[in-house]
Amino acid sequence: MKVLVSLFAVVPLPGDIPLPLPLPEWLLVFLLVVSFLLHILFVNLMLGGTILALWAEIKGLKEPGYDGLAREIAATITVNKSLAVVIGVAPLLVINALYTLYFYTANSLTGTMWIAIVPFVGTAFLLLYFHKYTWDRYRSKKAFHIFILALALLVFLFVPLIFLTNINLMLFPEKWGTIRGFFSAMWLANVIPRYLHFLCASLAVSGLFLFGYMRRQRYPFTGRCPGLNRARVLKNWYRLAFFASLLQLAFGPLNFFTLPWRAVTWGLAYIVLSGLVFATGALILLYKEINGPEGRLGRYFYAIALLLSITVLFMGTGRHLYRAIALSAHQKKVLEKTGPYQAK
Amino acid sequence: MDFPIFHLDLFGNRLLIAVIATLHVLINHALAVGLIPLITLLEYLGFRQRTTNPELARQWDGLARKIMVTAFIITTSLGALTGVGIWFSASLVNPAAIGSLIRVFFSAWFAEWVIFLLEVVFIMAYVLTWKKSGTSLPAKRRHIKAGAVLSIFSWLTLVIIAAILSFMMDPGNWENRRTFFSGFFNPLYVPQLYFRTPLAMILAGSFTLLSIPFFTQKGTEIHSRTVSFCSLWLLVWLPVALVGALFYREAIPRAMIGNLPTAVATMAFSQWYDSLLLVICGAILMAMLIAGWGFLKPARLPAWLLIFPLLASFVFTGMFERAREFIRKPYVIGNYMYANGLLVKDYPLYRETGVLPHAVYVDTPQVTAENRLKAGQNVFMIACSRCHTVDGINSVARKYRNLATKGQPLDAEAMKTYTRQMHNVRYYMPPFPGNGEELDALVAFIIEAEKNPPALPGAQTEGVVISPLHTLEAWPKNQPDKGERP
Repeated sequence: MKVLVSLFAVVPLPGDIPLPLPLPEWLLVFLLVVSFLLHILFVNLMLGGTILALWAEIKGLKEPGYDGLAREIAATITVNKSLAVVIGVAPLLVINALYTLYFYTANSLTGTMWIAIVPFVGTAFLLLYFHKYTWDRYRSKKAFHIFILALALLVFLFVPLIFLTNINLMLFPEKWGTIRGFFSAMWLANVIPRYLHFLCASLAVSGLFLFGYMRRQRYPFTGRCPGLNRARVLKNWYRLAFFASLLQLAFGPLNFFTLPWRAVTWGLAYIVLSGLVFATGALILLYKEINGPEGRLGRYFYAIALLLSITVLFMGTGRHLYRAIALSAHQKKVLEKTGPYQAK
Repeated sequence: MDFPIFHLDLFGNRLLIAVIATLHVLINHALAVGLIPLITLLEYLGFRQRTTNPELARQWDGLARKIMVTAFIITTSLGALTGVGIWFSASLVNPAAIGSLIRVFFSAWFAEWVIFLLEVVFIMAYVLTWKKSGTSLPAKRRHIKAGAVLSIFSWLTLVIIAAILSFMMDPGNWENRRTFFSGFFNPLYVPQLYFRTPLAMILAGSFTLLSIPFFTQKGTEIHSRTVSFCSLWLLVWLPVALVGALFYREAIPRAMIGNLPTAVATMAFSQWYDSLLLVICGAILMAMLIAGWGFLKPARLPAWLLIFPLLASFVFTGMFERAREFIRKPYVIGNYMYANGLLVKDYPLYRETGVLPHAVYVDTPQVTAENRLKAGQNVFMIACSRCHTVDGINSVARKYRNLATKGQPLDAEAMKTYTRQMHNVRYYMPPFPGNGEELDALVAFIIEAEKNPPALPGAQTEGVVISPLHTLEAWPKNQPDKGERP
């Protein structure tokens, strides 16, 4: 308990909901980790896609081929965003059941922003559709058309901060008494490093996805992006994935070392380091692809995707492990407090 | 008790959930559950005309696609987000209630999610392959079949969610058995499902009818034929909805046995119950007349008239949602948890010790002479604030003002007497949970609040103060009930 009780913090001890968990805990944890990773994959694609579509549409003002490229990327965003939302309901449901007390407390303490997610994201989605279906109509009003996408991007850049603030705040009951609104919770250590880690992941994942999407045999690249060199564009997607992953070597440790140390264990360090081994493998293959002959482009694509998926599994497991350790002492006390009540 | 209290003192917490949930129900009933079978049928009818009248078939197909795309944009943005919004708002407004419901209904919601995920995948495939499917006959046939499968999935989402909605109105045997199936097959399940299915079809028909003038020109063959078809759709479903509504109406009093403790409540209910019959018959008759006109003389039907079937379906839906209020209240889970999030079985203890000693996030664990107003505010937040504001919508100060003599200050003794008895007079109110000192403090707070309405921020802006009785250090000594929770 000593690790939990710091000299300056008053730690609340609420009781839990006096009903049993709906499924065995290990199964809920498994569902949480897997469904969350799947959700975040599509969130990454949605955010990364929006950033890249905006970049390409702006670049398209001078090189028309990029306008076609932007349109192609934009067409993937609306699909990915639908999957991101619908898949996100599963981890939301599981975290509600598994960490009711912690999650809802964080939600309440950041309530204004938490509920604002609904109108924010709803508006961003409508803006995306508007952008997608007015490409031809606003051909002569390009600045306005780009502005619409930029607005949607602003929302997409802000909303992850709300989620990360909540997910971070729920881990630290000792901070609950000190929070005064969303922004005070956002500035807790570790939120911004996690955010940067997430942003880079979005770019890396989107780079890899767009490579896979545009290298398909049947994909009519020349028709859709006239004037662009397919091999060059594909290599650029690889470069994006490579450099964004390389940046993770900086943001990853930043994230790790800003975690409050009370729950950092060797087990967690091993898991994260194992993930790093696979990430390094992916980086080497990416490097080889970028510097290899154009004719053999894509030979390591599946290997890279597999290595990065394994990396993500390790990181996702580490992420959960940290949460479990950070809360275990407090959860034990909560159970003691709720326990006699439940048995009645 | 165990969660920081989120509070909106202007609009009230109820309104937050109500706005989000109403939008979601209307969008999803109309544009997902009801619309997809209708659009599939439209597409099929267009397809059948490909040999006899290819131009009309093309227009027919194009119209169906445009309506589907419109619905697709609305459902995958506002529909999806308001769905998530129900979770978010419920967890802010009543975390204990939604947390308990999730523990009981996890499997149902998880199954709902799987079906929902498949539905979204199918709906995207259906919409995004529509244009391409026009290139060959087998592709078009496959596309129509996909629409049929999608229709079934959409309806399955209703099959599950109706169980949860009806459980909240009447848990039936769940209180005794506490199993998933005893909760799922509750007494109101079948009536709700039977009612909501045709309702969704009518909402969809009304929406489609209203959108036809936006996509076609009056006087054209496509306009007349599709108006006539959608009117027929309504004419077929309206009688089914009538039977469903009457069936559901019949089931309501059975579900409410023991729920109306007083004559006043019974009167309010019977007034509503009678007016429900009027609304059912009135709305259906009006929709039948317009649909009949649309079916027989589609070219003569004025476009503005088409708004009425949709409005009537909204009123119809809203009127029935009121049933949930009658049946559910004062509980959020029947006989288990009150609308204020407090458990029924904890009430005897709260009455004895007060609620404040059991609240984790209060700065007044006991009422004292010095902290009376602050303690009263905390009691208000715990016992009243899930449904009431101090000075905004559904203001508690105005409720007492309405009971008092005009021009006179509020009478503390009369307020206390009333508060102790209010659950007998207002059947939908949970009983006051606290002890005498807390009631004194609450009344003092309301009297003061009526004179000088305070700003009453929730935990979302003010944060929380942790009760000295509920810190980690205090456990298990200092507990109000000697180590055992209420």
